[in-house]
Amino acid sequence: MAEHASDAHAEDGHDPHEIEHIKAHIKVYMLIFAMLILGTILTVAISYIDFGEHWKNIAIGLAIASVKGTLVAGWFMHLISEKKLIYSVMVVTIFFFVALSFITIWSMTGSSLIGGGLNQHSTTGGAAHAAAVAPAHH
Amino acid sequence: MDIPYTTKPRPDTGLYNAKVGIWLFLASEIMLFGALFSSYILLRVGADPKLVWPALAAWPSHSDGLLNVPMGAINTLVLIVSSVTVVMAWASLKMKNFNKFFMYQGITVACAILFCGIKSAEYAAKFSHYHLVLKDGTAFTGHLEPKQYFMTDRKLRQAKVEEITFLKDPQKGHAEASAEHGSGDEAHASHEPEKIKMSDIKRLTFWGPQQSTYFAIYFTMTGLHALHVVGGALVIGYLWLPGSRMWKTNPERFTNRVEVCGLFWHFVDLVWIFLFPVLYLL
Repeated sequence: MAEHASDAHAEDGHDPHEIEHIKAHIKVYMLIFAMLILGTILTVAISYIDFGEHWKNIAIGLAIASVKGTLVAGWFMHLISEKKLIYSVMVVTIFFFVALSFITIWSMTGSSLIGGGLNQHSTTGGAAHAAAVAPAHH
Repeated sequence: MDIPYTTKPRPDTGLYNAKVGIWLFLASEIMLFGALFSSYILLRVGADPKLVWPALAAWPSHSDGLLNVPMGAINTLVLIVSSVTVVMAWASLKMKNFNKFFMYQGITVACAILFCGIKSAEYAAKFSHYHLVLKDGTAFTGHLEPKQYFMTDRKLRQAKVEEITFLKDPQKGHAEASAEHGSGDEAHASHEPEKIKMSDIKRLTFWGPQQSTYFAIYFTMTGLHALHVVGGALVIGYLWLPGSRMWKTNPERFTNRVEVCGLFWHFVDLVWIFLFPVLYLL
């Protein structure tokens, strides 16, 4: 333990290069911070706009959330410059996450159900079909 | 005995132990929340588009004003700020500046407490807000007078209550007013509470997970997320105060600990970035 500690001091205790490196990082963090704040304001503002069909609101909302999520994962969590092993773990995880997310929709009938189910504010087609397959309500 | 690679990266992977550990843990966390997001999608897609909230299988729309959007948006900002301070705390340690680390991590802990405080206020508003269905089929939302938490018609019947005083929310069309239900005294000022006989009531229940499929998934997801905020805050708080002793004996390892708990904290922020639009806005 003591050895490790003294090593650490000797190695990067006076490393001006690394400090410059971190300072560059901090500028990026501040930029990401501003973008995340902007994204949050945008998400709320857009949710009050009616894009005609509700699925469009959902798509835009999720798109902004995905961009924000990418910023956090990529830069705050340093995923853009991570080691290969971490990437391998994440690729497998994301694959199963996506599979898990959509397996429920796949288990329902066709794609018309998705359109009908999300499109709850319009009175157009798909609604009746969705209602017919929707879980029973009490 | 010394455990290898607690500070120095392993030559073949280029990673120290805790880094691999936290990412494997985060992978399992992604799957945990994945199961809930999957359930959310099923409930959301399966919701009957012809029904209007507060019907059980209906999905509430933005204008129903169920959730307090300003509170949710503020909480989003609070978590974003804490995500920045947690990464700045780590960067400060990398630059050998313990005092800055202490300041940034203090802000992180304060943000975590603020988040939990706002979430609690939101929950409290839900638990004292009611859904009332009469035997003639009409349904209302509103508050019991005097204010009561966690009440249901079953509990009232067991207590042999024969009549309740119910303050109805403004009906739709006044959706702006009802959106302010968190502090809704002004919104209700023009309304008079009504006496309603228990024999006319089919269902009276607070806005908890049992009220509808929407609230079931809302409380499950935000509840699990809030537990993560509490857990993360405990670890960050430990490393902020007693755990920071390690800075003097093994600064590199301490910096790694701060980095690793920061990674967890970013994940918690990441989950909220999706939860907020999904539950509050869409």
